[in-house]
Amino acid sequence: MKKREFRATVSDKRKVGPRHFLMRLDAKPLAGAVPGQFIMVRVTDTRAPLLRRPFGVHSVDGDVVSILFETVGTATGLLSRACRGDELGIIGPLGSGFSFSRVATRRPVLVAGGMGVAPLYFLAQRLTKRHGRSPLVLIGSRDKASVLREKDFRALGCEVKISTDDGSKGFHGYVTRLLEKTLAPGDEIFACGPKPMLRELCRMAAARRVPAQVSLEAHMSCGFGACLGCAVSTASGYARVCQEGPVFDAKELTWEGT
Amino acid sequence: MGGHVRPDLGVAIGDLRLKNPVTVASGTFGYAREFSDFFDLRKLGAIVTKTVTLKPRPGNPMPRTCETPAGMLNSIGLENPGIEGFINKKLPFLEELGVPVILSIASEGDPGEFVALAEAADSLDGVGALELNISCPNVSGKGRCALISQDPEQAAAVVRMVKKATRKPVITKLSPNVTDIASIAAAVEEAGSDAVSLINTLAGMAVDIETRRPRLANVTGGLSGPAVRPVALRMAWEVFRRVKIPVIAMGGITDARDALEFIICGATVVCAGTVNFVEPSAPAKMIKGIEDYLIRKKIPSLSELRGTVKA
Repeated sequence: MKKREFRATVSDKRKVGPRHFLMRLDAKPLAGAVPGQFIMVRVTDTRAPLLRRPFGVHSVDGDVVSILFETVGTATGLLSRACRGDELGIIGPLGSGFSFSRVATRRPVLVAGGMGVAPLYFLAQRLTKRHGRSPLVLIGSRDKASVLREKDFRALGCEVKISTDDGSKGFHGYVTRLLEKTLAPGDEIFACGPKPMLRELCRMAAARRVPAQVSLEAHMSCGFGACLGCAVSTASGYARVCQEGPVFDAKELTWEGT
Repeated sequence: MGGHVRPDLGVAIGDLRLKNPVTVASGTFGYAREFSDFFDLRKLGAIVTKTVTLKPRPGNPMPRTCETPAGMLNSIGLENPGIEGFINKKLPFLEELGVPVILSIASEGDPGEFVALAEAADSLDGVGALELNISCPNVSGKGRCALISQDPEQAAAVVRMVKKATRKPVITKLSPNVTDIASIAAAVEEAGSDAVSLINTLAGMAVDIETRRPRLANVTGGLSGPAVRPVALRMAWEVFRRVKIPVIAMGGITDARDALEFIICGATVVCAGTVNFVEPSAPAKMIKGIEDYLIRKKIPSLSELRGTVKA
């Protein structure tokens, strides 16, 4: 799908967690985006912060696209202060999406670590609405307050299991330990989250001989394949997370340099 | 100037004619394909490729980039497919565009590689000129400079070797990490360089205070973007006053206003660089903005604007 550089209007913004925001954008050029793709957002028209920031496409409903983000620094802080009616510079849709080649024959298990729920919600949307599948969704979080979008996944018809590091909600422990207990041989894993989580998940998937697709995060400067700043080590050399990814087959990743 | 006559934006680098003065900084445009969705690439005056080395290079470990105030640091590490990979996989797309292609080349240690690369490029119809990325290790043992671009004699030696190996125009890319960039420019002009391009990136660094680790795996990297513009402008002007060959200027140029500032200080060609990562259609907007300025100021051609800074 063709990448476009365009301006989108903020149609809605709301706080959904302690430092977390859901923002809706009128973004017709993104209507054809597929789960796993992302956009590069310009948070200011001034020269600082200079670079755009990447956000996974969280949902697509007609021409309305949403992103889910956490305020971690100056740029996301600025973005969180955007109001309804403001215009944001967008480049997208970017990157490769999840593959649906096995969803008819394998139970999709979506594993989200923290902000990893962002692209996985869009995936769950498509799986339920277009593929007639009800994924099992595992959401792992630091604590009860940081669990994001649980009700919304349930509203799609997904079964949701929660894990928290501090045990304040659901399973007490990492989401990978919860996955270990719930994973079945006929499953396929779709995961997004912190690198250590994904690394352990890929090891588990290989050991259990279960296919897995992981969506990687990376520091990006351009987001559309030009700068080579987001390289990740794969079995066939460096690949660009923004172009050949962000979705990779678990078997391709070597985890070198992590 | 008549209302229906458009200003003449044409410029020349040696024998190579460009229809307008706008191109892109090496390393900020890949080999062009990633930008084809964003604007009609045929509008560009020229395309400067990401640097190609003799052998393919995987590049540096991550992190390779980080943002800094109004800029960014990069230590990509010259990741590229090598000259064979460039010819087979990247050149065909560039040739289709019909825009002059300036191939950026670098050695990985042996300056003789510049000659091998120049010889390989000499027979490529799709390549209009060469840009020598001499910000590479000076391994000759002569002089005390780390990079070829920091040593006027080493730089001149490379230019002389390359000029013997090709009939295509040769552009030497200058580093700002020197005491006197104009004397490096003079040295390469004397050695036969058809033009100089400047500035390459400024050596820089950033550290995460929580982890105490450098933000780049390579520790240091090159600073680019609006933050460097005043340095780049001053250097372009100093070089313009020192040499007769065309100056191809870059360093924080983001729009037509910036480009015109550099043309007024003597630049023949201007390059959009880091801005391409933020606004992929910046080069196209730059061309239009330059033309609009010339119309507004009733200046019929760039030669009447170039170097007219009142200083």
